[in-house]
Parts: sequence; C-alpha cells; structure tokens
Amino acid sequence: MDHSEPVASDARDLHATVPSADAHGAQHALSLRINGRPHTVHIDPWVTLLDLLRDRLDLTGTKKGCDHGQCGACTVLVDGRRINACLTLAVMQEGREVTTVEGLANGDALHPLQQAFIEHDAFQCGYCTPGQLCSAVGLMNEGEAASRDDIRELMSGNVCRCGAYPQIVQAVGEVMGIEAPANPYRRIVIGTVPA
Amino acid sequence: MTPITFARADDASSALAALADGGATRFIAGGTNLLDLMKENIARPARLIDINGLPFAGIEDTEDGGLRLGALARNADTAYHPEVRNRYPLLSAAILAGASPQIRNMASNGGNLLQRTRCHYFYDAGVPCNKREPGTGCPAIGGITRQHAILGASAHCIATHPSDMCVALAALGATVHVRSRSGVRAIAFAEFHRLPGDKPDIDNTLAPDELITHIVLPPAEQFRSHSAYLKLRDRASYAFALVSVAAALDLADDGTVREARVAVGGVAHKPWRLPEAESLLLGSAPSAENFALVADALLRSAQGQGANDFKIPLARRAIVRALETAAAGTVDNQAHGPAAQGAPQ
Repeated sequence: MDHSEPVASDARDLHATVPSADAHGAQHALSLRINGRPHTVHIDPWVTLLDLLRDRLDLTGTKKGCDHGQCGACTVLVDGRRINACLTLAVMQEGREVTTVEGLANGDALHPLQQAFIEHDAFQCGYCTPGQLCSAVGLMNEGEAASRDDIRELMSGNVCRCGAYPQIVQAVGEVMGIEAPANPYRRIVIGTVPA
Repeated sequence: MTPITFARADDASSALAALADGGATRFIAGGTNLLDLMKENIARPARLIDINGLPFAGIEDTEDGGLRLGALARNADTAYHPEVRNRYPLLSAAILAGASPQIRNMASNGGNLLQRTRCHYFYDAGVPCNKREPGTGCPAIGGITRQHAILGASAHCIATHPSDMCVALAALGATVHVRSRSGVRAIAFAEFHRLPGDKPDIDNTLAPDELITHIVLPPAEQFRSHSAYLKLRDRASYAFALVSVAAALDLADDGTVREARVAVGGVAHKPWRLPEAESLLLGSAPSAENFALVADALLRSAQGQGANDFKIPLARRAIVRALETAAAGTVDNQAHGPAAQGAPQ
C-alpha cells in the first residue's frame, strides 16, 4: 500500500501553501512508520490519522466509534504514547512510529494483553477492544498505575458499551502484576483514587 | 471537514507572520479541540499552521522560584512533571481530573487555555448561538442548562469554560505570556478569560495576532501541603465538571489561615475567583463555618437558569468540602496504591 507519486507540495515551506484557489488541491507527502514498516503516502491535509489508517492503508483494526475523542475506539500509540487517532491530522505524524492493534502481536504469538483479554473474557462485541488494548499498552508505558483503582481511572478514555469493564481491569491488572483488592465489592471513595 | 491547507512553522516569527491574513489561519498544536470543532463545522479555518516545532515545550524553573510551563508542553507531561507534582500538586490534580489519558497526551497547555465551551447549543451548527454567530440569539437560555453558568452570565450567553487546568491556574495566580510581531506581553490569569457580556464570541483577551508562548506559576511553596481539586460530574471519570473547586491554604503554626485561594470551575465563562472572598479567612480557623462564609461570598451573585439551580447549593457544599480537604492535607489525584490518601466525606 505504499505510494510513491511525486511530491505535490512541500509541507515545510510555509510560503508555498498560502491559501489560494488552487492550493486546495495540494496533497502532502507523508513518511512515517506503522507497525515497524515505513510508509510514504500522499494525502490531503484534512485527513485524520484514523482515516489514513483505515481508508488508505487498510489497517481497519483501529475502529471509528464517535470520531470525537469521546469513546477511545481509535486509540493508537504514536512513539509509544496512546492518543486518539481521530483527533490528529495524518500530516502531523511526519517521521513518527505508529503502532496499531495489528502491530501488537509478535507473529502468531499474541501480546500478553491480547492473551489476557481472551482468558478473562474482557470483551463481548469486540468493537472497543483494539482501542482498549492499545490504551492498556500506553498505560503500561506511562507507569502511573499502582492499583486496580488506578487502572480503572486511567482506562476511562475507553468506553465499552458491552460493559466488560471488570474483566478489562482484571486482564490489565494481571499483565501488570497488580493484585485485585481483597474485597472487589468494597465502596470506592471518590478522591482516594486518581481522578 | 472542509478542505484546508496546512504548513509547519519552524520558528515563532514565521508562525506569527502567517497570522496576518485576516483570521483565515489558525495554529494547531494538540488539535484535540480544534479538529473536533472543524468536524462540526464550528471552526472553519482556511489554513492550519502546525506550531509543534516551536521551542515552547519545556518546563523550567524561573529565577524567583516559580515554574515556567511551555505552551506546547502536553497536559500529561505537565501533570506528571516532577516539579509540578512536588511543588504544584493542585495543578497536577486539576489536569488529571480533566479529559482522558489519550487527550492529555495530545493536548497542549496553550490549547487548554484556548479550548471553547462545550455548550451543546454552541456545538450544534443547526441552532442559533451568540458565541458562534454573534447576534443570532441564545437558545441555551430557557433550554437545557445542566452544564451552564450560575455566575457572570449575560442575556447573550450562559456558557461555561470547560477547563479543569485553568481553575487551578486561576487559584495559583498564574501569568500567561504571549508574543506578537510587535513584541511580548504578560496577562494575569484573572484577566485572560473574560465574561461573556455582549461579546460572547470572544472567550479571552488574547489578540488575534498573538501566540501563547508559556505560562508562569509564581512560587507556591506555602500551599504545597494543603491543596485539593474537587470535581463533581455526572460520572466518576471523563466528564466535564458540573462544579469543580481548586482550593489551597497556607496554615500558620497556630493552625489559623495565613493565605487562602479558591477558584470554582463549571459555574461561569471563566474560572470564578474572588480575592475578597479568600481574605475572609485570614487569621481565622480553617473550620467548616468559616469556609461557608467564603462560599457565600463567592456565590453572592449566583443565579440559576432553571435546570441548573441545583448548582448553587452544590457549589456551596463543594467549596466547603474542598477547603476542608485542603485543610487536612493535599490530594493530588495521582496513583499511590490502593490505600491512597483519604479525603473527608
């Protein structure tokens, strides 16, 4: 799916892209790595990273839920940090390393989070799962969660309408080596967990 | 999204030069609010200038013991920065109460200040809105007002400012530093955002030809061990505040209040802070009765819109509780394991 047409405009030259009637036809050359593979594409500047992945590169594992950053289904990792692919332009990712759900497994060996999601039944319809998995990888990279309450709070950017939240927290907690609380039905006091 | 052109700026001068086209150009940093507004056809720039290459992403000490937050530093990097965590736990707490981890990883500090209201009428291009289309009217007045203002609203607009970070910045007395082609200037935080009045389309005092370069936090050692950000919302996480309170206290050795700061979010077109309300506590005991006096002073001009009348007593109780929490210690909204810091109920 790599494209190699001639460069239509130079994104680095500020003065080359002053708005004009014909400037709206100008595509941008974009080079980035996705799941370890280099890609060069020519795209319109208003294309989001999400639409680039799904519509141009056929990486449809990353889902479009709300397209407004409210559901987290489009979560991907850019240079190891989790972001909403729907809320960034593809042209802003020049030189970046993007990891999508398709890039988590090592060949046929699932990522430990993928395996844990299966073992804990951490999904039902599966639509939010790619975003949940990438978000959990990002959470582990951030290193800010010390308890299952922390995991719950720091996964709150990913909505699951099937309601698999307890299983998702179990799966992520197991992979992170964070024990479940002795009484899982205890009352959580607002203000005693990260908010 | 409507077609746009796009370019990257490598330095502030070329970025500022690009603004001289009568409002058709917008800067983009994190993009989390701007792109959302563009998808809804609320923001309609002809050209975006990516300013992420500008050298404004650092977080550094100032000479007088304060901290300088780069406009392009991400919200997450700011909240988790060791100097912010240690010296400004109120700011960490407020940032981490806002948005989601993904959005905090993207959103810039400058963009947080400039984000637009989440009033559903503002966001619905199919209805009139004085903020979006000046002079067309305000359907929020008399409409669904759960998220709307109880303080400082006008007959033209009852929208609220949605930021959590800004509530803490208001309480901490930050300064916003901006640059234009004609020079630099500093804007006191209380003067940065504005009340709607008869110009609700203008959210703040940043001029159209200016760029935020950084935010300066004054030294706040006195508040380090007594601060709290309390956020009340319709779900436990990832929702805008109905009411939020940034509270900080400096307690003398005899336990009385030497200095107090209180800013309220979710209630007005800007973070709501009244120094005269804070001064009521000076020399007093940090008691619920005295905190209630502060709440009464802050809310003296409060007026409900019907569906949000509940916010007045809610804000009153939240102010008291946030001050009680601050009096008891610091709640920084960060991970400390399962037996984390206890907040009074």
